[in-house]
Amino acid sequence: MQDIPILEHPGVPSAGLARARRLSRLKERVIEALLFLAAFSSVAITVGIVGTLIVESTTFFAHVSFWDFITDTLWTPLFASPHFGIMPLVTGTLVTTAVALAVALPVGTVVAIYLSEFAPSTVREIIKPALELLSAVPTVVYGYFALQFMSPLLQKLIPGLPTFNMLSAGVVMGIMIIPYVSSLSEDAMRAVPMALREGAYALGANRIITALKVVYPSALSGIVASYILAISRAIGETMIVAIAAGMQPNLTLDPREPAATITAFIVQVSLGDLPHGSIGYQSIFAAGITLFIMTLAFNIIGYVLRKRFREAY
Amino acid sequence: MHPELEESRLRQQMTSTNDERGPAVRLRVQAVVEERADSEIAPKAEVSGLNFFYGRLQALKDINLTFPANQVGAVIGPSGCGKSTLLRCFNRIHDLYPETRYEGKIILYPSGINLIGPETDPLEMRMRMSMVFQKPNAFPKSVFENVAFGLRLRGVKGKELEEQVEQSLRLAALWDEVKDRLKQSAYTLSGGQQQRLCIARALATDPEMLLFDEPTSALDPIATAKIEDLIFELKSKVTVIIVTHNMQQAARVSDYTAFMYLGELIEVCPTKQMFENPTNKLTEDYITGHFG
Amino acid sequence: MSDFKQIIAKRKRQDFIFNVLGIICTLVGIVTLGALLVDLLMDGAARLDWTFLTSFPSRFAERAGILSSWVGTLLIMIVTAFTAVPLGVAAGVYLEEYARKNWLTNLIEINIANLAGVPSIIYGLMALGLLVYKFRLGQSVLTGGLTLAFLILPIVIVATREALRTIPQGIRESAYALGSTKWQVVRHHLLPYSIGGTLTGIIIALSRAIGETAPLITIGALTFIAFLPAPPVQQYPPFISFDWLWSPFSVLPIQMFNWVSRPDQDFVVNAAGAGLVLIVVTLSLNAIAIVIRYRVRKRIKW
Repeated sequence: MQDIPILEHPGVPSAGLARARRLSRLKERVIEALLFLAAFSSVAITVGIVGTLIVESTTFFAHVSFWDFITDTLWTPLFASPHFGIMPLVTGTLVTTAVALAVALPVGTVVAIYLSEFAPSTVREIIKPALELLSAVPTVVYGYFALQFMSPLLQKLIPGLPTFNMLSAGVVMGIMIIPYVSSLSEDAMRAVPMALREGAYALGANRIITALKVVYPSALSGIVASYILAISRAIGETMIVAIAAGMQPNLTLDPREPAATITAFIVQVSLGDLPHGSIGYQSIFAAGITLFIMTLAFNIIGYVLRKRFREAY
Repeated sequence: MHPELEESRLRQQMTSTNDERGPAVRLRVQAVVEERADSEIAPKAEVSGLNFFYGRLQALKDINLTFPANQVGAVIGPSGCGKSTLLRCFNRIHDLYPETRYEGKIILYPSGINLIGPETDPLEMRMRMSMVFQKPNAFPKSVFENVAFGLRLRGVKGKELEEQVEQSLRLAALWDEVKDRLKQSAYTLSGGQQQRLCIARALATDPEMLLFDEPTSALDPIATAKIEDLIFELKSKVTVIIVTHNMQQAARVSDYTAFMYLGELIEVCPTKQMFENPTNKLTEDYITGHFG
Repeated sequence: MSDFKQIIAKRKRQDFIFNVLGIICTLVGIVTLGALLVDLLMDGAARLDWTFLTSFPSRFAERAGILSSWVGTLLIMIVTAFTAVPLGVAAGVYLEEYARKNWLTNLIEINIANLAGVPSIIYGLMALGLLVYKFRLGQSVLTGGLTLAFLILPIVIVATREALRTIPQGIRESAYALGSTKWQVVRHHLLPYSIGGTLTGIIIALSRAIGETAPLITIGALTFIAFLPAPPVQQYPPFISFDWLWSPFSVLPIQMFNWVSRPDQDFVVNAAGAGLVLIVVTLSLNAIAIVIRYRVRKRIKW
């Protein structure tokens, strides 16, 4: 049997033990501080983003009047006689987004309803991860696909369609966004309690009527949150539109024409030589802050909606 | 107030410790019982040899009983005895879930259809039956649209739709409370009102049978009393089956009671007899509270 | 009852039509994915050979290769991983195990949610203004790696938190009851048990970073690099060099973008080849992540 150490004063910790405890507490505090700094870095990054955008944009707006910025219909900052109207870039962004949403929202919603209310569970287990693979493909590959495959295909359907156009880019972007809509909407619909469905079925409803009139309205805030996410993703997309929609700013609402989005413009300028502090350099920050505000607005709406959806259940 | 309901209430009062009311009450009961002397009882649904399986688990074992038309039949028993399972066979709601299997027959009269036959269409059965669930499950729609839901499914429109909605709400004793807020969301109603709304919704489609699955277990006593009155009124129009874990409710509301235990039907007889003089020892133990 | 028959038939028809519609819509995504892979294979499979992988880009399409691009991707990923993983896991651990419910925690969580939704090109703009010029880090591997690290940080944080959440509270309580300090619980219990889920998230985040193009273009990654950065390991003392961190660079997606933007159709084949390499890498990483997630779920059953 091992010797049991006998304490001189049982119950009272010795000095050595007390010092070990103090060191341990200090170590704990240091570790917690380090972990906190890691978490706080996210705030630092946001400050970095907002700060950089604001600082560089204010330099821009010192040279360009805000009124010109939002009303001029030409965006040619790199020309000898430059114009700084953001509208062509904004319409380019909005039209490609609209085309993408015209694909992603209906198709994504139908897929979500199908997976949630119709498909047997084995089908769902396979299809859901397969669709999520769609969002794992690098966007530059999608851009290649849009230019080399989708554009020629659409040219056969629409005679006279130019190689670079907002339609091909928008359609491919829409297909990429389908999983954002379908996965989140399906999660929202599956969270609706079975009792509600039983009430409808017990009255003699079939699956599609129950899905459309009972399940879909109940899950609406989660579903709309997924729509908002899709919008935000489409607005911020860069490579697909840079490759396939062309890089010419073009104030038009016709998706069959080529145009530049805010993001494509930033890429275009970055590819060239950008003397630090030049008006060209600053223009990308002005474009950037416009983009940031647009996506921030949608992200806030989506965040609020998602919180409401979580509280409901 | 309906004579039979009054009779049940009086009977309960008789068992109270207040003996002063005794003689007068007994005389009233006598009068009420004589009123109900002659009644023809035709069957509405006949269950024979019913077995039900959730996958490998057998939840109902060889159930045989008859539900008479225009009567309230209660099914009682401890948790897990299969009473809800039995009820849900009637409108084939089990078919929504995988690995459920029926054996046996439930014959509906006068049509003679076997409710659980493989050749029978579950959707058609659900159009003939209506169910009210344990927790009110009003749809996220207006009061009007909730009641109209089943009617719209059957192609009813316009003026006829409005009239039938109003009629159902009156039958459910809810009209006066909601007539000014038909367009408001159903979720603005109280729990008891929502349950009566679900009853109105179930009535609107003119079902052959009304199936109540513990309809008042989530409600306060006042709402419960209103609904029990309602059930009593309704039986002249439609056959009612009510599943309840509350024995006193069965005693108050039903004409005859079936007692189930562990998936088997132990005893079925007129309510008065079950609560005063049950044949089976198991029934008596349950009624007197020896288990449950 | 005969009017029931008509209505019921109509209802069944509706269900059937929607079933078909649902399957068609599901196939839209799957067929597109297939068409994309087939298209790339047809265009670029022939181009994939050893010389393609070991040549520098060139004006001549047949001689152009992806050597500098994939080396650049590799070096950038090293910086990104070494930054994002410790930072993200630490932040996730803090938020899940240490943070109290106060306004500061709320602020941090809102920030992370917001950052996850910021377009990737904005990260590039920030890096351009802040890292390239203000901090004088230049248009280097270091800048590129840090930019992508910030981009994927929210993904790593969320993955860590989700993985920690699956550990039942009972484990923590029994560890504390034995007298462990918070850090001991984290280090000896929580991190080892959650490593599967965290690793899955990290791999998915890295596969996302590999495919990112826009932020790196913005900070000035070059599209034509005919040299490799100085190797990290050298034959002479001090044996380890960090010069490569300051080197200009290109990455695989940028090379593909450059080739696909050329009007000369010969380069399309090269672009397809680069795209195939990209897809193989990203899909393999995703597959590895899924396998890890599956294995971990099987092994640990709470």
